[in-house]
Amino acid sequence: MADVNRGKRPLSPHLQIYRPQLTSVTSILTRITGNALIVASFLIVWWFLAASTSESYFNLANAVLTSWFGDLVMLGSLWALWYHTLAGIRHLIWDNAIGLDIPTAEKLGWAVVGGSVVLTILTLLLI
Amino acid sequence: MAYLTDRKRAMGMGAAKSGVHHFWAMKVSSVALVVLIPLFVFTFGPALGGTYAEVTAYFARPFPAIIAAATIWVSMMHFKGGVQTLIEDYVHGLAQKVLIIATICLSYALAATGVFAIARLAF
Repeated sequence: MADVNRGKRPLSPHLQIYRPQLTSVTSILTRITGNALIVASFLIVWWFLAASTSESYFNLANAVLTSWFGDLVMLGSLWALWYHTLAGIRHLIWDNAIGLDIPTAEKLGWAVVGGSVVLTILTLLLI
Repeated sequence: MAYLTDRKRAMGMGAAKSGVHHFWAMKVSSVALVVLIPLFVFTFGPALGGTYAEVTAYFARPFPAIIAAATIWVSMMHFKGGVQTLIEDYVHGLAQKVLIIATICLSYALAATGVFAIARLAF
C-alpha cells in the first residue's frame, strides 16, 4: 500500500529548476577546477620526465607546453589552481563552523572568484 | 556486546564505514598544498619556457627540486581522494569500482613518475 503513489510523488527540486546561486556555482566550480587540473598535472609530469630523459625529448614536451594551445591550457590551469586553492581555504574556514551564514558565505564566494582572477594576473606579472 | 564501545558498534555500518579517515586525509593534504602551491607556482613558473640547459640546471638545485617533488606527490594524493568523491557521486555499481581503482592507479603512477623524473634531474 505504501507504493500506491509510486512515480507520482512530488520530487525535490533538481539542478535544472534551481536558479543558480553564487554559493552553488562556486561549489560546482571547486569540483570542476580540482578535477580538471589533472590535465595540467599530466603535462607537467610529462615535461619533467622529458627533461630528465634527453634534450630532444625535452624540446618536444617543451614545444607542446609552450605552444599557443599549451599556453591556453596552462593559463586556464593557473586560474583553476588559484581558484581551487582559495575555495579550499574557504572550506578550511567552514570546517570550523565559521562563515556558514548566507551573507558571509556569499562574501567568501566573491572573494574566491575575485581573488582567483587577481592572483592569476599577479602571477603572470611576476613570473 | 556489552563490552563493545559505541564507536566500535558504529564502524563499518551505514554512513560510518571508515569514519572520518577520508575527510582527514583531504584536510591534511589541502593544508599542505596551501603552502606548497604558491611555492611551486613561483619556482616552476619562471622555469617553464627555459632552455634544456637552464631547466636541468635549475631543477638540480635542492629547493626547486624538493618543492616540485613534494607538490606533485601531495597533489596527486589529494586528487586521488577528490576524484573518488566525484566518482562516488555520479557513477554507481561496477563502473564506480573500476573508475575508482583506475584513478587511484593513475594518481600513484603520475606521482611516482614525477618524483622519479625530478630525482633524476636533481642527482
